[in-house]
Amino acid sequence: MPKLTYRQALNDAFSEEIERDENVFLMGEEVAQYDGAYKVTQGLWKKYGDYRVVDAPISEAGFIGLGVGASMLGLRPVMELMFWSFAYVAFDQLINNAGNIRYMSGGLIHCPIVIRGPANGGTNVGATHSHTPENFIANTPGLKVCCPATAADAKGLMKTAIRDNDPVYVMENTLLYGEEWEVPEGEHLVPLGKADVKREGSDITFVAHGRAVITSLQAADILEAERGIKAEVVDLRSIRPLDADTVLNSVKKTNRVVLVEENKPFCGVGAQLASMIQLEAFDHLDAPIQRVSSIDAPAIYSPPLEKVQLPSPADVVAAAEKIL
Amino acid sequence: MTNMEQAEESHAADPINASLSAEEKIGLYRDMVRIRRFEQTTLSIYQKGKIGGFLHLYIGQESLAVGAVSLLGDTDHVITAYRDHGHALAVGMSMNECMAELYGKATGCSKGKGGSMHYFAPDKNFWGGHGIVAGQTPLGAGLAFALKYRKVPGAVLCFLGDGAINQGAFHEALNLASLWDLPVIYVIENNGYSMGTSQLRSTAHPQGGLAQRAEGYGIAWDIFPGADVYTMRACTQKAIDRAYKKSRPTILEVVTYRYQGHSVADSKHKDGYRTKEEIEAQKTLNDPIARFKKILIEEGVLAEEQSKEIQAAAKLEVDLAVKFAEESPFPEEAAITEDVYYEVDEKTEAGRTGRHFFN
Repeated sequence: MPKLTYRQALNDAFSEEIERDENVFLMGEEVAQYDGAYKVTQGLWKKYGDYRVVDAPISEAGFIGLGVGASMLGLRPVMELMFWSFAYVAFDQLINNAGNIRYMSGGLIHCPIVIRGPANGGTNVGATHSHTPENFIANTPGLKVCCPATAADAKGLMKTAIRDNDPVYVMENTLLYGEEWEVPEGEHLVPLGKADVKREGSDITFVAHGRAVITSLQAADILEAERGIKAEVVDLRSIRPLDADTVLNSVKKTNRVVLVEENKPFCGVGAQLASMIQLEAFDHLDAPIQRVSSIDAPAIYSPPLEKVQLPSPADVVAAAEKIL
Repeated sequence: MTNMEQAEESHAADPINASLSAEEKIGLYRDMVRIRRFEQTTLSIYQKGKIGGFLHLYIGQESLAVGAVSLLGDTDHVITAYRDHGHALAVGMSMNECMAELYGKATGCSKGKGGSMHYFAPDKNFWGGHGIVAGQTPLGAGLAFALKYRKVPGAVLCFLGDGAINQGAFHEALNLASLWDLPVIYVIENNGYSMGTSQLRSTAHPQGGLAQRAEGYGIAWDIFPGADVYTMRACTQKAIDRAYKKSRPTILEVVTYRYQGHSVADSKHKDGYRTKEEIEAQKTLNDPIARFKKILIEEGVLAEEQSKEIQAAAKLEVDLAVKFAEESPFPEEAAITEDVYYEVDEKTEAGRTGRHFFN
């Protein structure tokens, strides 16, 4: 199986879907002639031209809303937010319009739109550029949200998102764009709502999404090397829809769980998971559910402190050790 | 001479109006009468406590929706804000489905899930009905983008109120519409007040009017009084021609007046931010229905007796719509979680994969 960067895997997904469906087009700031601020769309404008790869002005409320309107007529816009942090100036379009139009029209309309871009801290760009709004989106019935952690999942989830008939918001990670993973050749689709057990184990479960999956895998390695503990790592991949069964089955197997995310703790994804696990697998728990999140403050700039603020493998190990 | 200065000049002889048959002219009149009667009745049932929510009435502005929509063909589209009953009836939505929606009934156009501000009829190219001021303006640009992308000749009429023009989303939409040559027409229904704040107190604008802001975006614009349906049609047609021939946007500012408050919850509209004298003067001088009736009688197209029949038919139609709405069932409780996700509703594999609801 060839190895591809997360960035290239996304790029391949766009190429394949542009060629597959004439309704698919890419739009965003610097996605075309500049090749993408993070080069995720590199070469696509040259290959497919102005019609399919469209540079938008810095005008998120305008072009995101335009994409939602175009999707009502059946186009499949794939809109890049240079950072998901910029979504906040387009929230009316992202939440009120894309999220509610189907419902408020009694099901007469649907919006097959993808909004994508990086949503992560850890790059020393300060609080305004380091948001992780997957919990905001998951809190909006009508929207779907996923956070791929590997190149294969990035490609497979992106292709599925583009073909889905509901609005799907894909949150990528700039720290993963350059990392390489094996990616299956040929048509590769990963369903939304299907978690992936990235590492099997029997002693404790780590549930994570996005880059926190990588952190959790590293923590699992440490626990195994140092203590012979076998941790299972469940990668949610998609937050909403949520693969509750895979999470619950893992907890029922290991009886201990640490919920890991780079989001802030209050009303984070882990809060929803903790509620679900205690309700649906209470009798299988041998210890309180542990949560590891970013330290609850705006994302700090200072590079060494930002590393401290985000969950590290050592933080996950420490949380695990509380309940082992 | 701008169209504002031409206000008292008739546009009856414009080709777009001269080509109307007597039947079509009466149709315009009938549609305005139907909208007014519908709105008067909704006010009454609201006051009786039979319907909830907000209610933004279109009384006094009927010539705008009816005139503009009467120009549209199969590939043209309409989108508007929350004062949407007039546009909905003008595009051909039935009074039954519109009234039932106000009652929150399963037979409503949105199955009782949208309410007054959220009427939709995609089969009639009507894309809402949007509750947030100016939120629909980028969507209108998007509909026009889709037409252009698909190389379908057409135009999008995106209505907004004068209160919407200070929202950032509108300016962003204007920039995109001009930058990308989108066939969208922004129709500012200027009734003088953004809720309780007059234009003078809310809006810095060039001398020529609100629409003149278009010049900053290189967009063509016009301002004209909207009470005369012939004027509305003639001036809107120019913008439609521009959309078709040049794929260029237009901003139209149509001067109009709402007889009721911003919504029915607006207690200050008669003796707060407006005066009773002002409202009465508008009703006397500028009523779109009375004006058109007079014109049609002078043209020999309409007789007084026929006008009465049209009024009576509209009243009967609304009364039947009320009966239909009152007798219709509320949605089942299960409907609360329907129409959220397409894939779930359609029972696709995607819709069956993973947990979509967390109740």
